[in-house]
Amino acid sequence: MASKYINVNLKVWRQKNANTKGKMETYKLDTVSTDSSFLEMMDQLNEQLINERQEPIAFDHDCREGICGMCSLYINGRAHGPDNAVTTCQLHMRKFDDGATIYIEPWRSKAFPVIKDLVVDRSAFDRIQQAGGFVSVNTSGNTIDANATPIPKADADKAFEAAACIGCGACVASCKNSSAMLFVGAKVSQYALLPQGKVEATNRVLNMVRQMEEEGFGNCTNTGACEVECPKGISLENIARMNREFMKAMITAE
Amino acid sequence: MSKSAILSSSIAKKYWMALTGLFLCLFLVGHLLGNLQLILKAGEEGKRAFNEYAYFMTHNPLIKVMSYLTYLSILFHAVDGILLTIQNKKARPIGYAHNSPNANSKFFARQMAVLGSIILIFIVIHMSNFWWKMKYSSDPMPLHSITVVDPQSKTPQSLYITHSDNYFPVSAFENSQMGEAQMEIRNGNEFFNKQVDVKMGEGYKDLYSLTVAFFGKDTDAIKANEQAGLAVAFYVLAMIVLSLHLMHGFSSAFQSLGVNHRRYNAGIKLFGKLFSIIIPAAFAMIPLYIFFTK
Repeated sequence: MASKYINVNLKVWRQKNANTKGKMETYKLDTVSTDSSFLEMMDQLNEQLINERQEPIAFDHDCREGICGMCSLYINGRAHGPDNAVTTCQLHMRKFDDGATIYIEPWRSKAFPVIKDLVVDRSAFDRIQQAGGFVSVNTSGNTIDANATPIPKADADKAFEAAACIGCGACVASCKNSSAMLFVGAKVSQYALLPQGKVEATNRVLNMVRQMEEEGFGNCTNTGACEVECPKGISLENIARMNREFMKAMITAE
Repeated sequence: MSKSAILSSSIAKKYWMALTGLFLCLFLVGHLLGNLQLILKAGEEGKRAFNEYAYFMTHNPLIKVMSYLTYLSILFHAVDGILLTIQNKKARPIGYAHNSPNANSKFFARQMAVLGSIILIFIVIHMSNFWWKMKYSSDPMPLHSITVVDPQSKTPQSLYITHSDNYFPVSAFENSQMGEAQMEIRNGNEFFNKQVDVKMGEGYKDLYSLTVAFFGKDTDAIKANEQAGLAVAFYVLAMIVLSLHLMHGFSSAFQSLGVNHRRYNAGIKLFGKLFSIIIPAAFAMIPLYIFFTK
């Protein structure tokens, strides 16, 4: 496909820091290659801003190959933009028309406060992980090789699908309730499906859900928006599994 | 873990929404079967069937238990739903300048609180129209009566139909023989012999005539509601809202309870869709039928 150049109008959320009020600013950016990724377009815009002696726009990014979960951005009303099952770094400018107006906003959630411009603080996810998203392993020298424990293929596959979650927060951003249930559901599921995770299953789900609530995420109403917008295609099945795990734990925990 | 989690945890709240919602789905089926008595049989037979059903619903102890469970479920479902909605609104203090929610979800799935609130308003109005009049209103309900022509005197007489179980049989004819002077109606529908102060039987509150008149058809007991068109339109509108609420709610309840399995999902979704179309449509059909066959 021959590369093309397009001109775009950008409406970007600018906010100096966590304590100031932000607002949408408009920028014009010309000759954007349709082969460039969305983040490369952002780089190009920042070059332009620097040349104009303006403050560049702060946005999160790291690996730029869709695996780290750093990039975010709510583009034209959708998490990670108009394409499906991609992160923002995997979104290409060929998805936009010449002369298009593109809205770029940070994730919006009480639990993800804006730090600067398009960068939000997602440490709430880290704290949920720390509350139970792990298995305790004896590392005193007689650690059992994980591969020595037989696991049914179907369970291993499902656990792997759940573990594909990169914690980007698109589920929270696109949920009308800012609910983190898909994230927590995936993290609970990846362990609940495996024998190594069963040992701490009861406390894990109770602690992770409690932490999720303390962080101020909303409640799940099963609209299914998260599943559609998840760059890794995490299934709602994981939320249902967490609901089952929670019910079991709620009834049996002492 | 604290015991309050059973009420306060976000996931437990969803269990309660699901359980009360599914119970109310069962209630809808029962209510519909009852309502169908209004139109399944024509004329006096239909009137008899519906009023007998209404009598059963107000006198059976098991129904009483179920009705209190239903009131509780409605209240809990509404209060829990409102609390969840307030919490969810608080979870996003600053909204998006540009949002495209239709790209990832259905509007009725996102508007459950609005749809539910409309249904709650409908329930209040609906209960004040029928349930309140049947049970608590200070104006007495008309009692089910039939007009019989005495073959000898050739004069038409209005006779009350009585429910004679548990009482020594009092036929409608005997009732009339007692005459107005000797008979007294107490507690809305109990016939008493004034002279000996003995209960002779119970009449049927004529909910059939009340309902049919409310939706625009003249009856012997009550004249047709002048604003029946409005009543029917509001009823039908409420059923459309109910249909949308169920369209998301039915299958969503299963997901909340953790029932999500590749083998059953398609079946639950299909059943939920059919349920949310057929039940409200059948409810709406009844006032429409009454209104257009007056």
